[in-house]
Amino acid sequence: MRISLFITCYNDTLFPETGKSVVRVLERLGHTVEFRKEQTCCGQMHWNTGYLHEAVPIIRHFVGVYRDAETVVAPSSSCVSMMRDHYLKAAEMAGDAKLAADVEALLPRVYEFTELLVKRLGVEDVGATFPHKVTLHTSCHSQRSLHLGDIPVRLLNKVRGLELLSIENPQECCGFGGTFSIKNADVSSAMLAEKVRTVLNTGAEVCTAVDNSCLMHIYGSLHRQRTLVRTAHIAEILASTGGQA
Amino acid sequence: MSAPQSHWTNRSFPEAAKELLADSQIRRNVRHATDVIQAKRNRVVGELPDWEALREAGSAIRAHALEHLDEYLVEFERNCTRAGGTVHWARDAAEANRIILGLIQRHQAKEVIKIKTMTSEEIGLNRHLEANGVRPHETDLAELIVQLGHDKPSHFVVPALHKNRQQVREIFQREMHLPELGDKPEDLCAAARAYLREKYLRIKVAVSGANFLVAENGAVCIVESEGNGRMCLTLPDVLISLVGIEKVLPRFRDLEVVLQTLPRSATGERMNPYNSIWTGVHEGDGPKEFHVVLLDNGRSPILADGEARQTLKCIRCAACLNACPVYHQTGGHAYESAYPGPIGAILTPQLHSMEQGRTLPYASSLCGACYEVCPVKINIPEVLIHLRGKVVEQDQKTLGGKLGVWNVGMQAAAFVMSSAQRFTLAQHMGQLAQKIFVSKSGFIERLPFMLSGWTQTRDLKALPQQSFRDWWAERESNGGDATGAAKESRDAK
Repeated sequence: MRISLFITCYNDTLFPETGKSVVRVLERLGHTVEFRKEQTCCGQMHWNTGYLHEAVPIIRHFVGVYRDAETVVAPSSSCVSMMRDHYLKAAEMAGDAKLAADVEALLPRVYEFTELLVKRLGVEDVGATFPHKVTLHTSCHSQRSLHLGDIPVRLLNKVRGLELLSIENPQECCGFGGTFSIKNADVSSAMLAEKVRTVLNTGAEVCTAVDNSCLMHIYGSLHRQRTLVRTAHIAEILASTGGQA
Repeated sequence: MSAPQSHWTNRSFPEAAKELLADSQIRRNVRHATDVIQAKRNRVVGELPDWEALREAGSAIRAHALEHLDEYLVEFERNCTRAGGTVHWARDAAEANRIILGLIQRHQAKEVIKIKTMTSEEIGLNRHLEANGVRPHETDLAELIVQLGHDKPSHFVVPALHKNRQQVREIFQREMHLPELGDKPEDLCAAARAYLREKYLRIKVAVSGANFLVAENGAVCIVESEGNGRMCLTLPDVLISLVGIEKVLPRFRDLEVVLQTLPRSATGERMNPYNSIWTGVHEGDGPKEFHVVLLDNGRSPILADGEARQTLKCIRCAACLNACPVYHQTGGHAYESAYPGPIGAILTPQLHSMEQGRTLPYASSLCGACYEVCPVKINIPEVLIHLRGKVVEQDQKTLGGKLGVWNVGMQAAAFVMSSAQRFTLAQHMGQLAQKIFVSKSGFIERLPFMLSGWTQTRDLKALPQQSFRDWWAERESNGGDATGAAKESRDAK
C-alpha cells in the first residue's frame, strides 16, 4: 500500500525520530511511504485556542495537500481527532461547501498510526523487540475521540521482551491540553504532578503513548525531577529490533 | 444580562485556581469526595446494559424540549395554574428576587426555609432577602454547612464537598452552640436534625428549586437523599419554587429516562431515596399556596445560539465535575460561580457575561472526560471551543487585544503554518534562536514571558538540529530506499 505520512508540525520539528520510526515500521511491513513536502499542520492549536477563523486556511492547506492521497497516517491521535471532530464544522463555519465535501471524502482515508496498523492493515505483531519495562499513557484523544481502546496494548503485547506495566488512573489527562499548559500553568502542573507520580509508581523504565504531545509534557517533569524514566512514542518501540536501551 | 453576583468575585480562573491549589486540605477533601462518587457512579452505570441508549434518549428529550421551549412553558403554566398554582415570569435575577421577596412579605414572614435551589445561588437570593429583613435558612444538609460556615458552595450536588467531617463538626459546634459535639456521622446528623426540625415546624414559607417541570400536567419534581426536601415541600403553608426556564420536560413519561440517569450520574444511586412530584395545591394536603417563578436570567440568548444551545440540556447531575481533572485539582471555588466545573465553564460565561467569565472557557484541557459521562450528551469540549472563539473575536475588536501577545503570536503562527516554505524557514530559525535558552543538559529550563508558565515546573526538549523533513530530503537526495532508511533510523532510545 502507498501510505502518505502526515508527520504533524510538532513531530516534524521536535520529534523526527518518531517519523523515522513510522517509516521504518511501515517499510518493514512492505508498504511504500511517501512524504509530501507541502504539508504543515492540522490547525489544532489555533482551533482549540479559539482562533477559529485563523485555523481555516491551515485546514484548507492540509486538505489540499492530501486530497488525492490513497491512505494518510499521522503518529498523533490528537491531530487526527482534530480532523474528525472539527474539520467539517470549520468548513461549515467558513461557508465553504467545496472544502466540506473534500473533508468528507478525505477523512475516511486518514488514520492514526496504531489504528492504521491494527484496523486497516490487520497487523499486531510488527516484528519488534524491546526488552524493557514499559507503561502506557492512554492519551485523552486516543481514548475519548478515536476510541482506540486496546489497540496500543495489543501492539505492545506482541513486542518481544517488553514487559507492560499497568498504571493507576489511566483515563486521566496529563494536563497538557496545548495552550492550556501555558494559560493555566498552575493547574496544568498540578495535573502533571499527579500523572508523573503514577508513572513513577509503575516502576517502568519507559513511558509510552500514541501522542508525543503528552509525552513531551510528562518528560518535561520527569527531566526536571532528574528521574531516569524516559518517554518514547509507541512508533519508536515498534520500530526497535535491536532492543538497545 | 444580569449583574454579576457580589459574593462571587471577578477573579480570573488562573488567579483563583492558584490560591486554591495552595490549600492542601481543600484539595485532599475534593479529591477524596470526587473519587468516592466517581467509583459509585461507574458501578451503577456499568450495571445498566442500555446506558448508552438512555443517554441518547435523555439527550433527545432535552433537545426536543428546548426546540419547543416556548410552547412547553406555556403548557406548563396553563396546567400548573389549573391545578391551583401561580406562575410568575422573571426576566432576570433582580426581577426574580423582587417577586420572591414580595410573596414572602405578603405573608409577613421574617424567616424562610430553603431547599435544593442552586438557582437561588445564581440570583443571590439569600443576600437580597437578608438585606430586606428576611432570614433564609438552608435545610439541605450540605447547604446548611455552607451557610453556617459563611462559605460558598463548591459543587451543585454536594455543595460542602470541600469540607471534611472535622471541619463540619467545628462549624456546628460554633454556630449551633454545641461545644461537646462529636464528629461521628450520627452525631453530626442528630445535631442538624434537631436544629432543622424546629424550623420546619415553625416557619410558614419555603423556597425550593426544582429538578424538572412537566408541561403536560403542570407537575414539579425534586429528587433528594435526606428527606429534608420533603419536609420543606409539605409542611409550610406557602411554597415558592424558583426554576430556570430550561428545566421543562414535555411529558410525564419523560421522567422515566431522566430519573434513571440523574441519580446514577449524580450520587451513584440507582434511585434517589426521596422523589417528590407534586401538582398545584390540594385541600388538607401540603402547602395552601404554591408559586412557581420561571427564571430566564440570560437563558434566552443561549437558546438562540445554535452552537451553544446544548448547554441548556443540562440536568445538573454534576457528573462532569466529578470526572474533571481540572476540578479535581481546584475544587469549585476557583470557578467563582454557583455552577463550577466543566458545565460551569460553559454556563457561567453565557449566563452572566463573557466579561465576567472570559477565562472560564479556557479552564479545561479539553480532555473530554465531561462529555463521556454526561447523561444528556452535552459536548462540553465543543461548546468550550465555541466560547473561546467568542472570547477571541471580542478581543480582536479592541486595539489592546489586537496587539496582545496571544493574538500577534497566533496570527504569525497561522501565516507560517499555511505555507511549507515559511514553516521550514521557521524551523531553521527556531533551531538557531533557541541556543540562548538551551542549558548544558540539552534542555530548555527557563523561558520568558507567557512561556515561563511552562518552565516553572517542566523542562522543554530542545529542537533537534535536523527536522524530520530535512532528514527526508537528505534521504531522497541519497536515493533513499527502505534499506537506507533502516540504516539511518536509529532504534528507540
